[in-house]
Amino acid sequence: MSISLTVNGSPHQVDVDPATPLLYVLRDDLALNGAKYGCGLGQCGSCTVVMDGEAVLSCMVPVMLVEGREITTIEGLGTIDEPGPLQQAFIELQAAQCGYCIPGMMMSAHALLRRKPRPSDAEIREALTTNLCRCGTHMRILAAIRRAGELMQAASLPEADEGRAG
Amino acid sequence: MGILQHEITRRTVIVGTGGLVVSFSLGRAFAQAPATPPAPPAPPASLPGSLDDDRFLDSWIRIDPDNSVTVFTGKAELGQGIRTALLQVAAEELEVDPAEIEFVTADTGRTPNEGFTAGSQSMQNSGTAIRNAAAQVRALLLAEATKRFGVAVAELRAENKSVLAKDGRRVSYGELVSGQMLHVEAQPQSSLKQPGTFRVMGKPLPRVDIPAKVTGQPAYVHDLRLDGMLHARVVRPPSPAATLTELDQGAAERMPGVVSVMRDGNFLAVVAEKEFQAVSAMRALAAGARWQERDTLPDQTTLPAVLQGLEREVGTVAEAGALSSDGKVFEATYTRPYQIHGSIGPSCAVAQMKADGTLDVWSHTQGVFPDREAIAEMLAMPEEKVHVIHMEGSGCYGHNGADDAAADAALIASKIPGKPVRVQWMREQEHSWEPYGPAMLMKVSATLDDQGRIASWAYDLWSNTHSTRPGGAGALLAARHKAQAFQPEPAELRISPSGNGDRNANPLYTIPNKRVLWHFLPDMPLRVSALRALGGYANVFAIESTIDELALMAEVDPVEFRLSHMEDPRARAVIELAAERFGWDKAQMPRNRGRGFAFARYKNLAAYLAVAMEAEVEPETGRVRVARVVSAIDSGEIVNPDGIRNQTEGGILQSISWTLYEAVAFDRTRITSTDWSSYPILRFASVPDSVEVHIVDRPGEPFLGTGEAAQGPAAAAVANAIRNATGKRLYDLPFTRDRIRNAIGGA
Amino acid sequence: MWALRVVIVCVAAIIVAAGAFFFLAWRSEIPEDASAAEATFAPELVGKGAQLAALGNCIACHTVPGKPAFSGGLGVPTPFGTIYSTNITPDRETGIGGWSEEAFQRAMNEGVDRRGSHLYPAFPYDHFTHVSAEDNRALYAFLMTRPAVKAEAPQNDLQFPLTYRPLLAAWKLAFFDRGELEPDTSQSEAWTRGRYLAEGLGHCGACHTPRNAFGAEDRDQYFGGGEAEGWQAYAINKDSKAPIPWDEQSLAFYLRNGWHEFHGVSRGPMTEVTGNLSGLPDSDIMAIATYVTSIMGDPTPERGQRAAQLREQFEGDYFEQAADSQSSPVSASGGSPGEAIYVAACASCHEGQRRQPFGGLNFDLSTAVNAPNPQNIVNVVLFGLPPADGEASAVMPAFRHLLSDQQVADVLTYMRERFSEEQPWAGLVELIANTRSGAHKVTIRPSDGIERAPHNVGAEEG
Repeated sequence: MSISLTVNGSPHQVDVDPATPLLYVLRDDLALNGAKYGCGLGQCGSCTVVMDGEAVLSCMVPVMLVEGREITTIEGLGTIDEPGPLQQAFIELQAAQCGYCIPGMMMSAHALLRRKPRPSDAEIREALTTNLCRCGTHMRILAAIRRAGELMQAASLPEADEGRAG
Repeated sequence: MGILQHEITRRTVIVGTGGLVVSFSLGRAFAQAPATPPAPPAPPASLPGSLDDDRFLDSWIRIDPDNSVTVFTGKAELGQGIRTALLQVAAEELEVDPAEIEFVTADTGRTPNEGFTAGSQSMQNSGTAIRNAAAQVRALLLAEATKRFGVAVAELRAENKSVLAKDGRRVSYGELVSGQMLHVEAQPQSSLKQPGTFRVMGKPLPRVDIPAKVTGQPAYVHDLRLDGMLHARVVRPPSPAATLTELDQGAAERMPGVVSVMRDGNFLAVVAEKEFQAVSAMRALAAGARWQERDTLPDQTTLPAVLQGLEREVGTVAEAGALSSDGKVFEATYTRPYQIHGSIGPSCAVAQMKADGTLDVWSHTQGVFPDREAIAEMLAMPEEKVHVIHMEGSGCYGHNGADDAAADAALIASKIPGKPVRVQWMREQEHSWEPYGPAMLMKVSATLDDQGRIASWAYDLWSNTHSTRPGGAGALLAARHKAQAFQPEPAELRISPSGNGDRNANPLYTIPNKRVLWHFLPDMPLRVSALRALGGYANVFAIESTIDELALMAEVDPVEFRLSHMEDPRARAVIELAAERFGWDKAQMPRNRGRGFAFARYKNLAAYLAVAMEAEVEPETGRVRVARVVSAIDSGEIVNPDGIRNQTEGGILQSISWTLYEAVAFDRTRITSTDWSSYPILRFASVPDSVEVHIVDRPGEPFLGTGEAAQGPAAAAVANAIRNATGKRLYDLPFTRDRIRNAIGGA
Repeated sequence: MWALRVVIVCVAAIIVAAGAFFFLAWRSEIPEDASAAEATFAPELVGKGAQLAALGNCIACHTVPGKPAFSGGLGVPTPFGTIYSTNITPDRETGIGGWSEEAFQRAMNEGVDRRGSHLYPAFPYDHFTHVSAEDNRALYAFLMTRPAVKAEAPQNDLQFPLTYRPLLAAWKLAFFDRGELEPDTSQSEAWTRGRYLAEGLGHCGACHTPRNAFGAEDRDQYFGGGEAEGWQAYAINKDSKAPIPWDEQSLAFYLRNGWHEFHGVSRGPMTEVTGNLSGLPDSDIMAIATYVTSIMGDPTPERGQRAAQLREQFEGDYFEQAADSQSSPVSASGGSPGEAIYVAACASCHEGQRRQPFGGLNFDLSTAVNAPNPQNIVNVVLFGLPPADGEASAVMPAFRHLLSDQQVADVLTYMRERFSEEQPWAGLVELIANTRSGAHKVTIRPSDGIERAPHNVGAEEG
């Protein structure tokens, strides 16, 4: 069955079994690496992507439900040459060990920061309830998300200033 | 994908380089007849680190006429940041910018054989080798330049891939190298750079792998996509001893995209064009399989008796003086359950049987060479026809399913020549089939003399071996499940300085009379192997819990008690530093909060680590949360301080998770903890408020490694903090809510 | 003059009535006991109190998740407004630090605080009045030895005239039977003990019995199903919709472990109940099961027959067939939109081979699918079962960001039709929308229940 979906702003047409989890479509059909298979059961969060602004577990999302919806993966947050603020924060604070869980963490954080640019520590922990890390990078992940909030705010300030000037 | 698909053999390397010939030392795959060094009359001098095993400089460092620099290590990036740290060492001694070095990690076709990347030894072995090799290469280049410029070496300096003379003349490394110049054996002594002159070492160089990982670049073997690659899944038996009795593979075969359904004895696999097709076919095949299961697992509720019942041999780990039971006696029995590595990404591998009869395997194994040996044996292929290339996987923490997934991919690929095949395990396969950290039982009987000093110490531990790594095919699941099955090698008791199940079983404290015994269990009812720190985790937990109890009996502060039994000044330094930064003197704990302290020198010969923790216990629920952690580590000369910090933080948090939550669950037939709901680990709600790592730098001292130093001390510090908060000592890991509630009752 | 006389008579009547009411309503203040918080108690008494407090589930209402235990301040939504639980730690100013045991006994018995004010029946004194003085003494000892926490509960948010507490006296007159339970000599010792635990501290009926317009339990529909924290508390009398009827063994197992092979895992507020019951001895758990199943009575022959079929299907080696826990019969998708979603998103776990409590419950065994009100299944689909912190527990992902209101309604309609013989649910889309928006407030808890970490938030509160 042919299904159309929008990933990181680009439309795609894939020919797959409609019950295929989005995760496999992203990795297999669209050759994206960010979303990772971790458990396939919705327990670990390494497959997290953002759909219409909210974090969802792509291993639990049949692709047929994605038609017409806006999906963002970590590839949509910036590139290795021009990393986005969330990516910059994780690089700056060296918030990875093996790094396998990190894209999922970042997508959960992305959804949170969209909704709440300066989240409290409790809100960050709450948003990451479903995201597991095995290397024990938790302290750095928390710090990187706080830092990303700052970077995003800093990035939006000049615009605001311009707005006032204009 | 260029480098991954590139067929690297020594021949192509030679053909492809006009300059410095890379001639791998004897025993390397595809080795040609080398320029044979004269047979040494006496055993050769011992060389630093892994140079001792791979003695030629060009095994480690290659410089091409175009001035490109390549450094080789037999060690693998496991998420511990070793690639960056080794790169720093090479860049420092070679006087090259880190960004300008091509760095090649574990690959049987290209790099030295450094065995396994394990035991926190990469810096000791490979770091030391690369550092010395690089220093000696720099010396050779300088010597060559003295000839070119006709000036003394004192007039020259190496800088930025060139040698500069004081008069301003400059020559690049690429211009200096020629012929077999670097194909020489290393010398025992190198003139290493002085710590004061370091540009790269000792600095927190950002990890070179992180930008790719956070931007969705291909970074893991999971991300490897080769042309025409097929996806495979294995169907594992439902329990360790199950045998296949019936198989209806028709449903799986008829599913869309399915290329092949394989059966070889108890080994079942499906191969499909797309990944989810393989997953669906795997489920259909699993549903069509009938198994004969047997009750081969022990009774989980009587683990101590089970372990004691498996004892067949006893080894003496340490003995001094004569044991006595005079004075105040403390006796205790501690247990540690089976625990998993639990990488977040299940094991994965890609393999391709090529037309020339050689097999390429990409794997996140810890040992490409031993894995090659095992795979070759399983497939009855000559070793040199198997090429194992390391690619990163999800975090490693020891011998997990990596080698088995590589074997699965190799076995499947061998049956469909020409096609690259990617295999990834499912979550429950990883939880059920990876080799676990072995269950252990530790008994202590210690006495205090009338001065309150430890007089006598009897320590008995019961454990399997903590290493069943490949080397032989019997170590691989696929080989065991094949119709022509390989058997695992029998386990043997070996007492070594760095230890195995007995790692850290001998307390480092000054104790005049002691006896430490390893009651060895050769039979392994559950598959076990190396998990981060091996026996060191449980032994340090038991020893440091006991030390706290002895301090209480002696009515001495636990930090003071440790210091009064510790002579090693480096040990004392980390104990004092952790205590000071924690504010141990002033820490007054409110109700239901406690503080705990612990120390160990990893393996009794590597990094020193002390840790202080503050934990809160909620008596109503039994929930424990570690709120604050302060640690101090001395792992010798610092290469990358942030790397040490990152690894130590990680070790502490992982150990907290093991200690509070983790135990493999099983009935008499099957493993029942097969996912994160049945095998819970640390989640963000219980992550501490702060974790501090203070590093003691030891410029000029050997690298000691970092990765595993925190596991034991962190566990003991949690136990001691709970003891301090509740007045109750917990002896059995993990400290679940039930156990805490039972221990403290309604108080 | 006539008019004046009428006024005088009326005023007099009001004064008399008020006086009578005042007499009825008035409770004396019990003097503050300055030494109460410093008193010491035998550890055995405190230990017994801990068990009883767990049975009473005191911590659930008297603690805001993430805040210190028993320090109060949790908003309890009622049809009349929000009532905030009080601080029952021994803090002198803001807790019960100045309460003598007498004051505590009176509160439990009569629903009156130390100062003599009537308490709202959100505090279930209609049940606690049955608790023996001896058990109250143990509870008192337990609470008075908790860490004192200074924490003032917010003002209740109630409609006038309900803010006028003496009115509660009238409520009590109408609906409150004070005192210990009448003995029933025809019943076994276990039943009697079970009734004492379930009717008293356990206060099962507070959630499981429907309430009348005045917020009092409707004793005519005893255990007939009620509501708590946005969840349906299912009928646990003859109207129970469990496909395989509860029996003593299965109910005791469920209360002990928080799940049962044929009934699934506890959810919502019930998770705290089963979590807390883990402190009770087996005999007490069994006694509660004995009593509650006696209220349920024997199932009808039709129900029994259907149950026998289901037992046969799900007992024995059903769960032993396949190596992969998600191996389910391959079913073709298609049919209704709801069926397509069910097959793609639900079936792999809910028709898989994984046993309870970690696998998805097969809906042939589900009470939720058969319930008259779909609220619970809506809650679970939208919000999932969050993982418990550091404890083995069922985990189910939330589907609220994936499925639209209509899609949730579609899949539930399909499931109702396929797995139940009950009438289709009406008004699904609206109920789903209100639940999603937080207009209908739902408490979400991990399935181990006694979670105190700060992630038990409702719907859109984020």
